[in-house]
Amino acid sequence: MTWFKRQQSGIATDGEKTVRTEGLWIKCPGCEQTVWKADVEANLQVCTRCGYHFRISARERIDSLLEPGYACVDGDLRSTDPLDFADLKTYRARLATAQVSTGLNDAIVNVHGHLGPHPVVLSVMEYAFIGGSMGAVVGETIARAIDRALAQRCALIIVSASGGARMMEGIVSLMQLAKISAALARFDETGLPYLSVLTDPTTGGVTASFAMLGDLNIGEPGALIGFAGPRVIEQTIRQKLPEGFQRSEFLLSHGMLDAVVPRRELKPFLERSLDFMLPTAG
Amino acid sequence: MPDAQTSPLAGDRWAKTELARHPQRPDPIFLLEQLFTDYVEIHGDRAFSDDPALRCGFARFRGEELMVIANVKGRTTKEKVAHRFGMPEPEGYRKALRAMKLAEKFRRPVLTLIDLMGANPGLGAEERGQAEAIARNLREMSRLRVPTIAVITGEGGSGGALALAVADRVLMLENAVYSVISPEGCASIMWRDAAKRAQAAEAMRTTAADVQALGCIDGIVPEPPGGAHTAPEQAAQLLGKELAHHFAALGKLPLERLLAQRYEKFRNIAQFYAG
Repeated sequence: MTWFKRQQSGIATDGEKTVRTEGLWIKCPGCEQTVWKADVEANLQVCTRCGYHFRISARERIDSLLEPGYACVDGDLRSTDPLDFADLKTYRARLATAQVSTGLNDAIVNVHGHLGPHPVVLSVMEYAFIGGSMGAVVGETIARAIDRALAQRCALIIVSASGGARMMEGIVSLMQLAKISAALARFDETGLPYLSVLTDPTTGGVTASFAMLGDLNIGEPGALIGFAGPRVIEQTIRQKLPEGFQRSEFLLSHGMLDAVVPRRELKPFLERSLDFMLPTAG
Repeated sequence: MPDAQTSPLAGDRWAKTELARHPQRPDPIFLLEQLFTDYVEIHGDRAFSDDPALRCGFARFRGEELMVIANVKGRTTKEKVAHRFGMPEPEGYRKALRAMKLAEKFRRPVLTLIDLMGANPGLGAEERGQAEAIARNLREMSRLRVPTIAVITGEGGSGGALALAVADRVLMLENAVYSVISPEGCASIMWRDAAKRAQAAEAMRTTAADVQALGCIDGIVPEPPGGAHTAPEQAAQLLGKELAHHFAALGKLPLERLLAQRYEKFRNIAQFYAG
């Protein structure tokens, strides 16, 4: 027996009473507040309340740094899967999935354009493509960016976002560290500027090669930057790591970075640095 | 995917890994003692400390002066702990670079003997810039103005090994392994189970023959039948023969050619599809 009984059947409500809000709000991992997504997007994917830097795609990064009219270059290389690698999934399947979801051939985009008045070659890693990991294609594409900047006698900027070497390409991926570092040695001798921007996360073989070899090494606020992953270190030393360990600010205080620069100020910072490094026009 | 446990290669690559880690395997210090005379060790990175995991010094090899940089793994448990199993701290890489620069100044060739699981992962190593130390070595070794040979004698563990192996000739002992991550590390990440290490070793192709086939080393140094541990002195002699051959060949090259060849070798490693 029920307490209340509906006396009339067929009561109609006047239309939809709910409003679809999925995707309009996001929860910020920094301050745990719910923030209006459009505000965050308009703010270069930085939380409007606490300044937490969300990860951004390579394309968003390029748009935030270069003047319109830049040219995408070197985007035609694809992995050969040199080991015919398979773990729980085949490497080929992982590549195919990543290619569809990012629209890129691999975890890197090279562009040639202008940052303020300065012509630059900019190489940006795409973390959404297999964790921004570096195999033969990423290695070769970055080496080509270096060659290109060298040939055009212009500045080189590399924006890192990577878990490190791509283990699905085994020893071949390790050799990319040597390839890029050797190319940077040549570039270094020309007297042209190389600016390294380290974003969340930059770890492993990427940190232990080109990311740490900039004339300036610049971190984004709160970015995880390190050689060994925090879990590996915890397992090795068998103790909890201190708060803020391997974050940009930690590296800055330990002398590993020249500056930690918020995303909104990054372009002016890079432009100012290039003013110092390049001959004054006129 | 063929199951590594049942394929015709079953356990082959993992067996090589175990051979490379064999407790009786001649280590870099043994090889150093066997092959060189008049050895003088130099210490310290001039900045922070003297890393016991790497030993640097000058020595004579068949009458010629050279700089030798060798891992110290330690033989007893106490020694192993004291030398951190041969895993260098940033100071180790900085000491090695200082030794290489010294050799460059006095125009002596450089030899590195490598057997390490990786660079030491630790709190202090991160604080003092393990990544920067490795990166700097990669760049500086690529343009060091003297002939260089690197030998992976046991385990070549990732960036920690590569930071001593950007050389004119990179050689591996027949039963050595060289990989981007340990099979255990790969297994725990890709299979989420460190026990799948044999499968990981198979998938990553870590043996000397594999690494040579992939174009990432210049030669394989034969070992006595059954492995270097069965006849350590003979293993040292076999390595000595290869070193003499390669140092002689490198010594004949004009410096600019030597540097161009080293650069081209690393610049052209790896294949990809274009277009």
